[in-house]
Amino acid sequence: MKDVAVIGVGCTTFGEKWNHSFRDLFIEAGALALEDANLSGEQIDALFVGNMSAGRFIEQEHIGALIADYAGLATKHIPSTRVEAACASGGLAFRQAITAVASGMSTIVVAAGVEKMTDITPGQTVDTLASAADREWEGFMGATFPGLYAMIAHDYMHRYPLTREQLAQVAVKNHFNGARNPIAQFQQEISIETVLSSSLVADPLRLFDCSPITDGAAAVILAPLEIAKQFTDTPIKVLASAQASDTIALHDRRDISTLDATVEAGKRAFHQAGLTHRDIDLVEVHDCFTIGEICAIEDLGFCTKGEAGQLTEDGVTALHGDLPVNTSGGLKACGHPVGATGIKQIYEVVLQLRGEAGKRQIEAERGMTHNVGGTGATVVIHILGAC
Amino acid sequence: MSVARFWRKIPQRYNLIGTRCVACGRYFFPPRSFCPSCRRNGKIIDYQFKGEGTVITYTVIRTASDQFEYATPYVLAIIQLDEGPRLTAQISCPPEEAHIGMRVKKVFRRIGSDGKSGVIHYGTKFVAA
Repeated sequence: MKDVAVIGVGCTTFGEKWNHSFRDLFIEAGALALEDANLSGEQIDALFVGNMSAGRFIEQEHIGALIADYAGLATKHIPSTRVEAACASGGLAFRQAITAVASGMSTIVVAAGVEKMTDITPGQTVDTLASAADREWEGFMGATFPGLYAMIAHDYMHRYPLTREQLAQVAVKNHFNGARNPIAQFQQEISIETVLSSSLVADPLRLFDCSPITDGAAAVILAPLEIAKQFTDTPIKVLASAQASDTIALHDRRDISTLDATVEAGKRAFHQAGLTHRDIDLVEVHDCFTIGEICAIEDLGFCTKGEAGQLTEDGVTALHGDLPVNTSGGLKACGHPVGATGIKQIYEVVLQLRGEAGKRQIEAERGMTHNVGGTGATVVIHILGAC
Repeated sequence: MSVARFWRKIPQRYNLIGTRCVACGRYFFPPRSFCPSCRRNGKIIDYQFKGEGTVITYTVIRTASDQFEYATPYVLAIIQLDEGPRLTAQISCPPEEAHIGMRVKKVFRRIGSDGKSGVIHYGTKFVAA
């Protein structure tokens, strides 16, 4: 297999983008990535697009072809494939693009992610997101996504020492980072009081424990490492790509508070890269809810179960802590256009490794991304390194 | 949810008819027709659960999808049935009375409906035992 590098990245601003359509979003992200890699569209061999639910969000399927068409590539007839794994669609699109390049089947490949979530009512959005869980046996009973993560939080807080304030600190920390990210949906710092005084969504989770509803798109371009320097002075090498599955329903998990798919994919990623936890300088984790970040830090093995709350309170995961987590602001503050999130995580790590992260720049040579579909039924993990 | 989609799961939704693998003895609810342990060597038969269990974790849903907004706030829980399997269901009780470890039993209740003129969905909820 060939070594693979990221040679270009692009991302729209994230937010409630009433003036931008689904097509506008992915064209903008794609153009930014091509410009970053000094490429023209004609050089692209294949496209992989992560998208969770355009069928329900904008009543449009056949996204692969649509994107190739509006990117002006229809006459080139390049293969364009939609990849879906709920909120892990973006990470999985990146993984598919890696396999295409590593195998030698394609040379220059675009991995993109896009979601347009604000064209339907909030109630419809809640229902659409619930389709990432088990519709027949969770959704039918009235389960919402915040509700499922709230049940993880209740189980966790019943068994481990995690205070409500520590949970809130996850959101406070991510808003601090988001305030230093020009693409973030929320660029305001908040306090623990902001979180604790926000309305309850699903006990014990409050509004500020939840990632928002977001429109946005991100795109990255991959090439074999051996030719990457033709396009950029700062190629970023893919050191590991791992994926794992688990039961679709939360109630069928071995342990409600442990995402076993994160544990497994994490082990595989470290093994592939030949690295240990100490070698990782930053992690973008899937904090769709604050409890999700707590579980991710532990399930990835950065600390033992029950310690992540204290670690967060102590500032270890803060921007200039020993293990910066979610320098982008995470899903919480940067926003969560579900299909685009996994690619935005790659975008953030690439910017950090290139030294282009502006006010939130940290010293980093290797970074990890952790993208979750549903309540943990799909997990995709990548490790990237500066060359 | 179409009429057929709801109708074909009526035994499971109304009466907690799940399955059991005779080969390994595992019980399944929600029902599985393929045993994850024995795979093709398994033998699956129907099994009616007694309908009693313990709350493993719960939440109070305060923001719901359009279909369930009328019912907020409602208690949603993961319940471990006494035979072993876990399921997700609502508990009919005041939110402040729900707790981890609570003993519950099944009751037949309205769950939701397909809009104002669509099929009414009945199924199983739980109450304090």
